[in-house]
Amino acid sequence: MKTWPDKPTYLGKFHTRVDGAAKVTGAAKYPSDMQPPGWLYGMIYRSPWPAAQIDAINIEEARRTPGIKAVVLSGDLPRKVRYYGEELAAVAGTSKQACLDALRAIRVEAVPLPHVVKETEAVHPASTRVFPDYPNLSEPSVREEGDVDAAFAKADVTVEGYYTTQVQLHHSLETHGNTVDAQGDEITVWASTQGVFSVRDGLADSLNIPQNKIRVLSEYMGGGFGSKFGAGIECLLAARLSQAAGAPVRLLLTRYDEALAAGNRPSSFQKVKLAATRDGKLVAYEMESFGTAGFAAGGATGGGAGRAKFPSPYIYKVPNTRVKQAGVATNAGAGRAFRAPGNPPASFGMESILDELAVKLGMDPVEIRIKNDTSEIRRKEYRIGAERFGWKQKYHPPGSSADIVKVGVGCAGATWGGGGRNSQAEAQINPDGAVEVRCGTQDLGTGTRTVIAMVAAEAFGLPPEQITVRIADTRFPPSGSSGGSRTVSSVAPAVYDACTNAVAELKSISGMDNVTGDNWNTACRKLGMNPHVASGRWQEGLSSRGIGGVQFAEVAVDTETGFVKVQKILCVQDCGLIVNYLTATSQVNGGIIQGIGYALYEDRVMDAQSGLVLNPNFETYKLPGMLDIPQIEVILLDMPHRGVIGIGEPVHIPTAAAVANAVANALGVRIDSLPITPDKVLAALGKVPGRPERIASAELKKAFDHFNRMPVVAADEIDKFALGAPV
Amino acid sequence: MKNDSNRRSSTGPLSRRQFLKGLGTSAVASAAVGAESLAAELQTINEEKVSGPGPQPVTLEINGKTTSLNVEPRVTLLDALRYHAGITGPKEVCDRATCGACTVLLDGDPVYSCMMLAVDAQGREITTVEGLARNGQLTKVQEAFLECDAMMCGFCTPGFVLGVTALLEKNPHPTEQEVRQACSGNICRCGTQPHIVHAAMKASGVETPAPAEVIKWSDENLA
Repeated sequence: MKTWPDKPTYLGKFHTRVDGAAKVTGAAKYPSDMQPPGWLYGMIYRSPWPAAQIDAINIEEARRTPGIKAVVLSGDLPRKVRYYGEELAAVAGTSKQACLDALRAIRVEAVPLPHVVKETEAVHPASTRVFPDYPNLSEPSVREEGDVDAAFAKADVTVEGYYTTQVQLHHSLETHGNTVDAQGDEITVWASTQGVFSVRDGLADSLNIPQNKIRVLSEYMGGGFGSKFGAGIECLLAARLSQAAGAPVRLLLTRYDEALAAGNRPSSFQKVKLAATRDGKLVAYEMESFGTAGFAAGGATGGGAGRAKFPSPYIYKVPNTRVKQAGVATNAGAGRAFRAPGNPPASFGMESILDELAVKLGMDPVEIRIKNDTSEIRRKEYRIGAERFGWKQKYHPPGSSADIVKVGVGCAGATWGGGGRNSQAEAQINPDGAVEVRCGTQDLGTGTRTVIAMVAAEAFGLPPEQITVRIADTRFPPSGSSGGSRTVSSVAPAVYDACTNAVAELKSISGMDNVTGDNWNTACRKLGMNPHVASGRWQEGLSSRGIGGVQFAEVAVDTETGFVKVQKILCVQDCGLIVNYLTATSQVNGGIIQGIGYALYEDRVMDAQSGLVLNPNFETYKLPGMLDIPQIEVILLDMPHRGVIGIGEPVHIPTAAAVANAVANALGVRIDSLPITPDKVLAALGKVPGRPERIASAELKKAFDHFNRMPVVAADEIDKFALGAPV
Repeated sequence: MKNDSNRRSSTGPLSRRQFLKGLGTSAVASAAVGAESLAAELQTINEEKVSGPGPQPVTLEINGKTTSLNVEPRVTLLDALRYHAGITGPKEVCDRATCGACTVLLDGDPVYSCMMLAVDAQGREITTVEGLARNGQLTKVQEAFLECDAMMCGFCTPGFVLGVTALLEKNPHPTEQEVRQACSGNICRCGTQPHIVHAAMKASGVETPAPAEVIKWSDENLA
């Protein structure tokens, strides 16, 4: 079994990106930048109704629009559409302007149908149904351990509350899309994707052509966050347009499209009850929840894609636990995986009620976590973090700040898997000594390309700059999609295997025992005319899974405006062997900042009357901006003995919960609904006439009454725990 | 719509010029602010030859080179750069002046190229991210972005690089707050903002703190 070197030369360093120069000069070409000769601009025509029976679509005038080379329909007619923005047709033309003209020329005959976009309405048995043959609410799945009712009956202290989380949009800056060139029976796709092979296989399946006739590339891509797996419908439409027009088609979604139809993090409505002994040991937990993943949730899909369930009671073990969860269908775009699916809502609900319990017991929030967290590493992280953060000096009982701008602190923990799996790679040594490493993985901005260069450098004893890394091409050795924080833990072992094999084979071919340093070029010249290629694959021992991490937040809340400013986040993150400290730190920053967006700003707002997304752009859907970024302190625990583990997702999970706890600590009242917007803060302070102080409104209580009348099913394995696994 | 003036969409986007043409002179004259200049502009428009809707020659000075294009008057500078001149450093992210990914320098000032028509950029000096490095030599700002890892997916990077470049031209020694202020019109979804601030400070000659503290860990640490 191979192992990582004890005293590495290149691993475990702050190393700049090998593709950094390409990114700062504009030389990096993204799928949306591809312009093969004769390329056409493509756009999608979308349903202007949230629900409708589509009888006919007239594309004749669109076809005749000057500059238009192809128009195709999406799906057979008649058909039903189930959300505003569902794809109906697509056009390709010589310019964006021609496409815009053509979209305006499309005429649709349709019968609008009733719709429902609000979760608390959709759970009602008499609600409009998204799928006529199925109730919107899926059968709640139930998991029960211990004797929950008895444990609550004899517990010293019990707290309960409602917690809600919003629908969050991925909004990667490069929208979903592809440049597709269909020539004869061969198709080349430049895809903005998290998985080149997943695009290839999806497209082959949809078009019914062999997988070996499709080549997918994604040398650079502008972010995914879980939403860019597989060949989306936009890829299929671009391929059909390219076939119809006999020319390459570049079809990228508009920002508006992106907010309607490119995935989202499902919402959650949680009713939580938690009990403990007087000294703070958790004894009983009950949670009921529903949430929407748009039309892809609910009775018709049995949870389906992007299900709205999540691991609960998250990182804690409570001996008597009952969890009942369901998804509810609405006339909205489907949910998709979003950075640590299910975990941030789970963390928000659980860490919030745990703080409520601590308040009731008069306990310090860090203490109650150390007391109940079964992870030894995370307990240690709380101690390290509390010391660096100055928790003892900063923590005061909730609401004790007398100022108009109140300061508070909070903390929360997280867990994730991040383990590796099957991936292959190859290393090519050229007679002139230059090395090329190839792997069909992709770099989402996480630094995969740089990590491969560093791992190869370690194996060859050459500086990373001397290695050329080629990735994101289905002609290279296969590697999985980049999701679940599994890329580096899958790819690094395969690359290390390939490169160490290459060195061993070079030694044998050259007959030299030492091929490093000055001997390198001599050994390579002995290859003669032909380069030497060695293969490698992922294997046990070079990676592992299961990591934790804790975060501390400090906020200032203006009680007159309701405005929350995050002042500081401190993160203590355990990792495996950290290949590159620099890109790892960037990932931590990124997770935290997205968590701040989830905590304070981001919320897809839908209009119940019209069924439209009301904020499909950045001026109304607020992302964290330069002025919203707090001081961020990152402490990485480098654990080389564990092998490589991914950290992209765990670092995102606890931020929102820590911020929410800090806000509650500042104010002395809890905002139990994300995002924590000024209006919710002012309502919680009783400053909005007619608004309840907390979300536990009659509407929510009624929704849970309906929820609890549904027949239930036993939870399956997937429901018991989502992608992450406890440490 | 080419060659067919009757088929104008009633709901299509309206340019400032179309808007002004649609108003009577009296309506413009009674507008409270800048009434005189508006009236003057209206008069000029009425005297001008109407351009479009078909493509027309447009000459742009891009990265020191004169580039001749044939574009419809409604084509934005961003679209002209990307889709007609093949210069893809400026990115299309929102196409409505909210994200800064399409930033270019216009006579040295950062502007959103999605918010300007290509025809109106004639006679101005346009610099895209491709025009910064000379002979493969990165600028101080580009170098600092690379060293501080002020990028992840890289899609927002050209806009930030140009924004910081323009800032340091005007204010060679900004405070961190001034950097944040200057970059507040640019969005990054990956969360590279802390490193962008470091990079801007580094390019201005200020040493930046280590990005992270790394604690070497073994199971004995748990004892």
